[in-house]
Amino acid sequence: MTGSVPPYAPRGAGYLRGEAPFPAAAQRALTDGQLRRNLRYATRTIREKREHAVAELPDWPQLRAAGAAIKDEVLAHLDDYLLELERQVTAHGGVVHWARDAHEANQIVTRLAAEAGATEVVKVKSMATQEIRLNEALAAAGISAVETDLAELIVQLDHDSPSHILVPAIHRNRTEIRDIFLREMPDVDPALTDDPVALAEAARSHLRRKFLTARVAVSGANFAVAETGTLVVVESEGNGRMCLTMPPVLITVMGIEKVVPTWRDMEVFLQLLPRSSTAERMNPYTSTWAGSVDGQAFHLVLLDNGRSATLADPHGRAALRCIRCSACLNVCPVYERTGGHAYGSVYPGPIGAVLTPQLTGVADQPTLPFASTLCGACYDVCPVAIDIPAMLVYLRSRVTADEADRRWLPTAEAAAMSGLAWTMRGRRRWTWALRAARLGGLLARPGKPITRLPGPLSAWTAFRDLPRPPRRSFRDWWGRR
Amino acid sequence: MRVGLFVTCLIDAWRPQVGRAVVDLLDRLGVLVTMPAGQSCCGQMHVNSGYPGPALPLVRRYVRAFAACDAIVVPSGSCAAAVRHQHAGLAAAAGDEALRRAAEEAASRTYELSEFLVDVLGVTDVGAYFPYRVTYHPACHSLRVLRVGDRPARLLRAVAGIDLAELPDATQCCGFGGTFAIKNAAVSAAMLADKTAAVKATGASVCTTLDASCLLHIGGGLSRCGLDVQPRHLAEILASTR
Repeated sequence: MTGSVPPYAPRGAGYLRGEAPFPAAAQRALTDGQLRRNLRYATRTIREKREHAVAELPDWPQLRAAGAAIKDEVLAHLDDYLLELERQVTAHGGVVHWARDAHEANQIVTRLAAEAGATEVVKVKSMATQEIRLNEALAAAGISAVETDLAELIVQLDHDSPSHILVPAIHRNRTEIRDIFLREMPDVDPALTDDPVALAEAARSHLRRKFLTARVAVSGANFAVAETGTLVVVESEGNGRMCLTMPPVLITVMGIEKVVPTWRDMEVFLQLLPRSSTAERMNPYTSTWAGSVDGQAFHLVLLDNGRSATLADPHGRAALRCIRCSACLNVCPVYERTGGHAYGSVYPGPIGAVLTPQLTGVADQPTLPFASTLCGACYDVCPVAIDIPAMLVYLRSRVTADEADRRWLPTAEAAAMSGLAWTMRGRRRWTWALRAARLGGLLARPGKPITRLPGPLSAWTAFRDLPRPPRRSFRDWWGRR
Repeated sequence: MRVGLFVTCLIDAWRPQVGRAVVDLLDRLGVLVTMPAGQSCCGQMHVNSGYPGPALPLVRRYVRAFAACDAIVVPSGSCAAAVRHQHAGLAAAAGDEALRRAAEEAASRTYELSEFLVDVLGVTDVGAYFPYRVTYHPACHSLRVLRVGDRPARLLRAVAGIDLAELPDATQCCGFGGTFAIKNAAVSAAMLADKTAAVKATGASVCTTLDASCLLHIGGGLSRCGLDVQPRHLAEILASTR
């Protein structure tokens, strides 16, 4: 990248940085057998359903290409589309606020909620407000936020954080959920069972009281149509619609990349999103509104928080196409084993591994681009065709370049890579190196595979054997043929 | 037709029997292969570890070593994918337009082994005999980058005496991923454990795939569990005769 880069998401605010590097956090997650069983069951179920829902549409490849093209058009002219959106929302009686980062967005929402006299706000599930940790900011101002999406409510009651984009409580099963409700929900029936219907009913009566009393609602947005100023929220439960319509003040926090040019574009995304995420032909509730409706005051907060920095990188900007469907999480063999918390960000899984380091700068999340085997399953299912494996490889080169910039001496890995490449580019050097590899046989007992390697390679032999090196390399055999 | 064998660094160093099998197999099919000595590595390991710089001279070597070949055969889905999907981009990123064109041209002559057999030679029955129960793991890069599809399965089905057993969750990655196996060893091992359990469930005595690297990983896992399942590259099975 050349020129000056717009600011990354600032440290000390929001949920984009974890407490431990990915390998350590993942290793810890792997020891939780319950978590692994829950994840395995849930991701496999969604994966199979998605495959079926997508196979129904003969024009899926064309829809996917259209989705990618619309998003690329938006990213190429993001400034124009955002100004158009602002004009339209304003013309319809809404107020648009521009937030450079998490701090600014939190300040704006907190101020608006306080001005409305709210001590409690109801929330419809929103990644953007999780990204900026809005609930904590509101709590610091004496305002409590109530999550109304069932899974978000479970996570909130458990004082936990979401582990999946679409299914935030994917790491909990119904028995665990019943225990959380019994422990944390005031006036819950003490005889509550773990029957899903009973659990939903308990949440419903708990939430209904909140909807009726809240003065302010906070939402995210799946899409915002520049042409008409229309905000779109897609959900399954109807709780979102209660939030969006009942309180007298509605505040929507939205990442700037969520804008689409025209109303017509929704034709593409309302097919791509539900089939990719919940494997439904159409999600149960799609709420759309433009500006201030029926006397309800409307505020739109446009959040940057590292998105302009991501946009500035031509090799990384396609990550901003993401429509948060979570199909890539559900097919990822790494995510299936570790769950979302290991990624240390509101955005987990393959998309998180390419998006998070770009929002924070790679120096703050250097292990995420390596949290993948590059198996390619994520790219295959992405409804907007983000080439996640290629982007991971590119971000790895940004990580190593960043390390090289900050050090006097190369890392051991960088030195090994250069040394190996030097050996490989000299014919004689390489021939002799292949002969020397035979010495590896000294590491094993006669007739046995190698079971212990030294140094960093011990991570290989901790879990797998290595066959003894052959007596002759292929080229030596070829030369004597 | 001048056919060059790009044997790959891993096979050259660690599993030369795969290279010998390719030579035997193609010899039996009447194809004379050469092994240009200037070859070494496709550079994928460097690129995928975040070091595209050192990989560039390796791209140059590849292009030069195989300039005189009409077709280049690679017994590795991953290395063939690197040649076809990374080389030209590396040259372009370095601003070397001549190399980009040459790399693109070399890539168009590069075939993974099953592609070469089915698409170029037009054979699926290569006259092999392999009387064992075999399960096939479709390695990720051959499956999702090269899209070899059912070519390996068609070749295997035509082998005399073979007893093919379908691998459960076949398209799940084995967890190798190059340096991933070292940097995220615990996650890699968890994936490998599921793969070896799936292999065991088939009752096969041989596990095969198109990549020596995945084979090294799966084989290392099978050996560590004490399972008597032999890892064999597809070329080794296709080269076997009565």
